[in-house]
Amino acid sequence: MSQNIHIKQGRIIDPANDIDRIGCVYIADGKIAAIDYQPDGFKADEVIDATDRIVCPGFIDLSTRLREPGQSRKATIASETRAAASAGITTMCIHPDTIPVIDTPAVAELIRDLAEKANYPQVYPIAALTQKLEGNELSSMLALKQAGCIAVGNGNEPVKNLLVLRRAMEYAASHDLLLMFRPNDYWLGGHGCLHEGAVSTRYGLPSIPEAAETIALAQCLELVELTGCRVHFGQLSCKRSIIKIHQAKKYGLNITADVAIHQLHLTENDMAPFDSAYHVLPPLRTETDKNWLRQNLANGTLDSICSDHQPHDIDAKLGAFPETEPGMSSLETVLPLMLRLVDQQALTLVQGIATLSSHPAHILRLNSGALTPGFSADVCVFDPTLNWQVNSDNWLSMGTNTPFWGQSLKGRVTHTLQAGKIIYRLG
Amino acid sequence: MSTNIQLNSEGKLKHFLTIDGLDKSLLTEILDTAESFVGISDQQVKKVPLLRGKSIVNLFFENSTRTRTTFELAASRLSADVISISIATSSTSKGESLLDTIRNLEAMFVDMFVVRHSISGAAHFIAQHTAPHISVINAGDGQHAHPTQAMLDLFTIRQFKKDFSNLRVAIIGDILHSRVARSEIQALNTIGVAEVRVIAPKTLLPAHVETMGVTVSHNLTEGLKDIDVIIMLRLQKERMASALLPSESEYFKCFGLTEEKLKIAKPDAIVMHPGPINRGVEIDSKVADGPQSVILRQVSNGIAIRMAIMAMAMQKQGAGE
Repeated sequence: MSQNIHIKQGRIIDPANDIDRIGCVYIADGKIAAIDYQPDGFKADEVIDATDRIVCPGFIDLSTRLREPGQSRKATIASETRAAASAGITTMCIHPDTIPVIDTPAVAELIRDLAEKANYPQVYPIAALTQKLEGNELSSMLALKQAGCIAVGNGNEPVKNLLVLRRAMEYAASHDLLLMFRPNDYWLGGHGCLHEGAVSTRYGLPSIPEAAETIALAQCLELVELTGCRVHFGQLSCKRSIIKIHQAKKYGLNITADVAIHQLHLTENDMAPFDSAYHVLPPLRTETDKNWLRQNLANGTLDSICSDHQPHDIDAKLGAFPETEPGMSSLETVLPLMLRLVDQQALTLVQGIATLSSHPAHILRLNSGALTPGFSADVCVFDPTLNWQVNSDNWLSMGTNTPFWGQSLKGRVTHTLQAGKIIYRLG
Repeated sequence: MSTNIQLNSEGKLKHFLTIDGLDKSLLTEILDTAESFVGISDQQVKKVPLLRGKSIVNLFFENSTRTRTTFELAASRLSADVISISIATSSTSKGESLLDTIRNLEAMFVDMFVVRHSISGAAHFIAQHTAPHISVINAGDGQHAHPTQAMLDLFTIRQFKKDFSNLRVAIIGDILHSRVARSEIQALNTIGVAEVRVIAPKTLLPAHVETMGVTVSHNLTEGLKDIDVIIMLRLQKERMASALLPSESEYFKCFGLTEEKLKIAKPDAIVMHPGPINRGVEIDSKVADGPQSVILRQVSNGIAIRMAIMAMAMQKQGAGE
């Protein structure tokens, strides 16, 4: 049933195994069979010519929203898994803020089933940390873990009561569950929609100070020490958060952190007046913040890049700025924007690939994110020089809410394999 | 940052949404045009036929008396057909989207929208999505801009102070929530005054307000020194509930403009207020009604300024077609 595939003569970049050379990848039984040397008796059913292309582990996205169940007019699991496949992403974690919330095994199972049906089984729900994400009562974390949830989290909803957060972290730690936490203080964040700074002042828009993130981050770091819970901090946006993460790691806390790809490229100054495509949470911050995020991704303080994919229907973005819904549709821009970081010498290509594959695999404790023989054959083949236009001909997500719409980007996936199966090929 | 949505291809005014991005010559042109309209209100027949046959809709999603009335009078003095619609509740709570409201009115062959809305960016949004022949005038959007107020204030200042370039202007009070303040600051800096000073407690100042080109003071007594023009802002009662201030009386004690405090400013300083006034909260009645107050002149000037802006926006519209 499963094919033998020979990926020929590509530049293999496999950060976990310290490989960066031209060679061949052999795939059999859905797994990586060998690198470079054809295994005995291997007969390829399909040969992929990867000359002048890069062959690397499939990307693992720690923060996505596929909108199903509950908001299928924005996007569906079928539509977004197709988009992910076209972007070289082979594993996705989805936040619990679906409708209904992922706080019962039934919802988690439904999502797993829909992903199976879409022929993209590697969708991992993140279980709600608290029931209905209300921050009052613990969810049935163990049952949710058994139903396929890979971690726990509270989506964008803050847990206002620190005692509840403490208990939830203790309980998660008891079951060795990872907490995926986006720090945001409920009161300081308020109804803000823009970074608190010169631009929010000029436009008279409700703003979010950095302290909304850093205070919630500092509180959670204290609770990491108290509870021993493993925590991954998601979508950090500012310099002062980086400083806290750096100190905490140096101190020895068991934590990791990521940054959303758009935060590495855009700042508050990039927004055309009241352009809702730039409405994201956490908000786009300053040039200094952007540079700190870049530098600390390169030096390892930040572990990984996520898409923070949030597809929307047109109406959700059509309105006066504060009334529009936050978020960008970003699965399909992750690779070209990562390559732009490489072009701009903010990262090496090996680092860039690691932040999208081996590092998130390590965070999730998955046996993937590497081309190690015996691992599930999740592979991305891409052409780093191919230019493409972000338009409806080349875009698969139902959400077209990206500020990169209409732009020309460099770098395109030609083949994506998930567990040895070709789930995408270009053209 | 592009704000040229306000200008047509020839650089003439099409929409009037914000002072941000407009240049000194255009602001001066508005003031000069308004000057030519001032006499009309004193005539027996208070009308000129400039906008005859044009339909103007005043679309007020937020309550207003002064602004709406002066816009109505301005439109009718230009001989336009004008109707005012008050949609006091926000568009979303009504079920119809803002865009649908606009599209429906467009279908009634409107030439201009005058819009007031409680959300920052609403006028901008409407201008971006309305049919190309329609002009949009911002009559106040959220905390963003109230550009016609800023223009009528410049106009009033010009009537009392001949030269802008030596003026020191103080804006006092709730800068944070004030669209008037933002437009005022931009207008005064564009026209080129010597100094714009904002005076308020930190809780009522937006982040990095100095990036707008102002000096900052937290003390009224110090802040009023050498000031030629005082612009008081209204303090809304709900600010106490959101923990921005302890009490009205403490605010009045620190930032309320009294006769005694007024003496600190230059002897010929004028006192302005966009209204509505909270007597005894931000301003003492003796000052509001005193000889240095030009508050009612501001109201009268509102008609001429709005006539000028409407006429200019419509004229360019005709030329563009």
